[in-house]
Amino acid sequence: MIRTPLRPLARILEARAKGGNPDLIEKENLRARHEIVRDKARSRAEGRLLMLGLFFVAAFGAIAVRMGHIAAAEPREPVAAATDSIQAQRADILDRNGRILATNLQTYSLYAQPPLMVDPAHAAEELTKIFPDLDGKRLLADLTGPRKFLWIKKKLSPEQMQKVHDIGEPGLLFGPREMRLYPNGRLAAHVLGGTTFGVEGVHSAEVIGTAGVERAFDAFLRDPANEGRPLELSLDLTVQAAAREVLYGGMKLMNAKGAAAVLMDIHTGEVLSMISLPDFDPNNRPGPPVKGLPSDSPIFNRAVQGVYELGSTFKVFAVAQALDLGLVSPSTIIQTKSPLVWGKYRIRDFHDYGNQMSVTDVIVQSSNIGTARIALQIGGARQKAFLASLGLLDPSPVELAEAPYVRPLYPKKWKEISTMTISYGHGLSDSPLHLAAAYATILGDGTLVKPTLLKRKSVEKGPRIVSEKTSATMRSMLREVVTRGTASFGDVPGYAVGGKTGTADKPKENGGGYYDDRVVATFASVFPVNDPRYVLVVTLDEPSTYIAGETRRTAGWTAVPVAAEMIRRIAPLLGLRPEIEPGSELRLTEASVKD
Amino acid sequence: MTEMAYGTIPVRDGEPVLPKWWRTIDKWSLSAILLLFGVGILLGLAASPPLAEKNGLPAFYYVTKQAQFGALALVVMFATTMMSPQLVRRLGVVGFCFAFLALLLLPLAGTDFGKGAVRWYSFGFASVQPSEFLKPGFVIVSAWLMAASFDLNGPPGRLYSFVLTMVIVGFLAMQPDFGQAALVLFGWGVMYFVAGAPVSLLGALAGAVAILGTFAYEHSEHFARRIDGFLNPEVDPRTQIGYATNAIMEGGFFGVGVGGGEVKWSLPDAHTDFIIAVAAEEYGLILVLLIITLYATVVVRSLLRLVKERDPFIRLAGTGLACMFGVQAMINMGVAVRLLPAKGMTLPFVSYGGSSLIAGGIAVGMLLAFTRTRPQGRIEDLLGRRG
Repeated sequence: MIRTPLRPLARILEARAKGGNPDLIEKENLRARHEIVRDKARSRAEGRLLMLGLFFVAAFGAIAVRMGHIAAAEPREPVAAATDSIQAQRADILDRNGRILATNLQTYSLYAQPPLMVDPAHAAEELTKIFPDLDGKRLLADLTGPRKFLWIKKKLSPEQMQKVHDIGEPGLLFGPREMRLYPNGRLAAHVLGGTTFGVEGVHSAEVIGTAGVERAFDAFLRDPANEGRPLELSLDLTVQAAAREVLYGGMKLMNAKGAAAVLMDIHTGEVLSMISLPDFDPNNRPGPPVKGLPSDSPIFNRAVQGVYELGSTFKVFAVAQALDLGLVSPSTIIQTKSPLVWGKYRIRDFHDYGNQMSVTDVIVQSSNIGTARIALQIGGARQKAFLASLGLLDPSPVELAEAPYVRPLYPKKWKEISTMTISYGHGLSDSPLHLAAAYATILGDGTLVKPTLLKRKSVEKGPRIVSEKTSATMRSMLREVVTRGTASFGDVPGYAVGGKTGTADKPKENGGGYYDDRVVATFASVFPVNDPRYVLVVTLDEPSTYIAGETRRTAGWTAVPVAAEMIRRIAPLLGLRPEIEPGSELRLTEASVKD
Repeated sequence: MTEMAYGTIPVRDGEPVLPKWWRTIDKWSLSAILLLFGVGILLGLAASPPLAEKNGLPAFYYVTKQAQFGALALVVMFATTMMSPQLVRRLGVVGFCFAFLALLLLPLAGTDFGKGAVRWYSFGFASVQPSEFLKPGFVIVSAWLMAASFDLNGPPGRLYSFVLTMVIVGFLAMQPDFGQAALVLFGWGVMYFVAGAPVSLLGALAGAVAILGTFAYEHSEHFARRIDGFLNPEVDPRTQIGYATNAIMEGGFFGVGVGGGEVKWSLPDAHTDFIIAVAAEEYGLILVLLIITLYATVVVRSLLRLVKERDPFIRLAGTGLACMFGVQAMINMGVAVRLLPAKGMTLPFVSYGGSSLIAGGIAVGMLLAFTRTRPQGRIEDLLGRRG
């Protein structure tokens, strides 16, 4: 390559020698170079400009082709894209025997399209006649205003629908709806919870669970992959109905403001019946309370959400642990001199039971002092670990939407005085469901039982908590509580019931100590004791009854008779055979029984 | 001697102004632009009555206004076409300075008309969008800077113009007005391309645009929603695009007839961003193809005439103006047929809008001034007499 020097030095020197002006030569040279640069740029630009021209021709051509393509297509009626369709058809909920607890009903919603309306004033007038709860003025304003669409009613009965048809207004339209129906009304209301409409469209609306199993299993119930497979609960509808009836009567009889009952299979943890009173109709679920205590609202599930100090029913845990650790035997004598003074605290018994009694009698007579002394032998750390292993210090694992938010209440510092009070059920608050599961664990065969609301075919045994021997000993002790102790009203002919009473003073809502005339009375029972099948916990909130010359609030006078009546009613429904000594009048039928 | 005694004889161009103008102007492009303006009025008659009705004005209020602005725009355009390139450059630079200043002051004194982007100055009787006027001025200044860099020992004009572009794009993006920002960036890119951008840099630039786009997508909801709407293959008939597509289908090849269109009642932007849908519905594919041909004529003819141009400034400025004009039309129509993501951009000379019309008049006037036939020194080349 031949390089041309930037400055034409040869010519400049020549010019200098001749006396000419070298600047002219340099300018001439610069101009020439400039020319070359510009020519190069121009030829490059020519190509690029042609490229740009081609680009525009192609782009405009593409638009023209596309325009022609669309213009040649057949126009369609604008229809909403099907991507946002709403999932309908929620699965049914059944009890353990296949009876329907929740299902769907085809109904219609009512909406209006004011632009299509012929006579909005007449329509508004007629609608307020059909639905007296509608605000006529507002409806008229909506129908005559600029709105193009409005919902009037979310659910219609067939009669209402016919009446709306009869108005003959073309701007009133019906959208099909699936509505959740609870055919059993208030039965199992707290377990089922409730539903509401989620995303609403004209052609369908989403039904979503708002509480209870409807919420906890919302994804399952709505999953189209299940192909409508129903959700089978562990509840037994018959038992639930009978138990609710008895509990409701008992609550009224004992002047209690609320009541709860949990019936649990002692081996599988299946909840056969769960009742909380007062209750509500899930077909028309009330809203959350805006005033008063939330725990007084009917939607409050006392069996799961209500954490109470459950009193002497907890003595079972202290004694069972002491037996299991070998610290005591049923006949070990415990000092029960009253009062037991510990620092500034004094622990008393309901009655003075004398200076000493056996471990069995501590349970049978329900001695706070005796249990506290046993708990001191166990020690706080072991006690806390034991209660934790029974699930009494954590939210219940039951499949209800509310359960994970219910934390048992216990002192942050587990001092010795806490050890003593907790041993007889003060200072630790649990729900009746917690108590039922813990009783099932100790009294079943000593392996851990977890509460569940789902029907189980078979359940693997949990880890062992206490030995089978301890479990059997505890059952016989609890049987003695009924035969000769605080729960003497709990004896049901034909069914060997064992159980433990618990009466706890209610703490004041503002935190300043305890009421002396308000209690939570609990009876936690197991039946039949010789072949344990079920655990039943009955809790009455603020019962009081006037019997035999005085006002009585203790569980032995209130919760126990209610529980006994309940067992009498439900045991046959559960298929338990009564054990009846053949009496003289029965001999007549002996022949037929023999074969 | 005569000169010394009587002063210089006034220098006269050999030819009178108008005949020279008529001889040198690109008559095809001029006709195309006048036709486009006529189409704009025609479509305004169809598309703007719903808006006028909504605002409680006489049915053809906006058409009258469009015609007034249009007349003004045509006057400005004709005046500009008669200027010499030097005069255009001088006025363009001055105009750019004013428009740039106006853009800077927008956040202080501008208004958003409740649309969420501060782009306008409101003067009661009319509103002005400075970015519309900025565009032609920007092209002139950038072309001037780039052309200067062709001179040996000239300034690094391309770098300067790049910095200037970035500043303007930044201000436009802040409004936010990504459409105008992209247009300015595109205009600069085209000029740089013609000014001799190295191929490697072009590749890198494409990468940078992609990265910037991603950034805007992730950090601006405004931007992301439009892109998402585009990527979704299902046309939701309740969106503007859905209505536009349906209108084009309804129109077919020959349209539903004058005044028979429905889409203008459903689309809020029927008189601006989606006027092509109104055209397609009422007059059919025929008119749409005519409009496309008119735009293509202006752009392609201008570019072909610039191929022969020797002056780098005129070449670059003309390229920038022609391409911006063309690409704006392309984007507007591309959106209506879903070839491009939804982006509010007016159809130059056809859409309603005072600012856009007058600024368009200026831009096209400049373009026609640059594409006028002038001696390209071919004989001088041969004789080597240029300097």
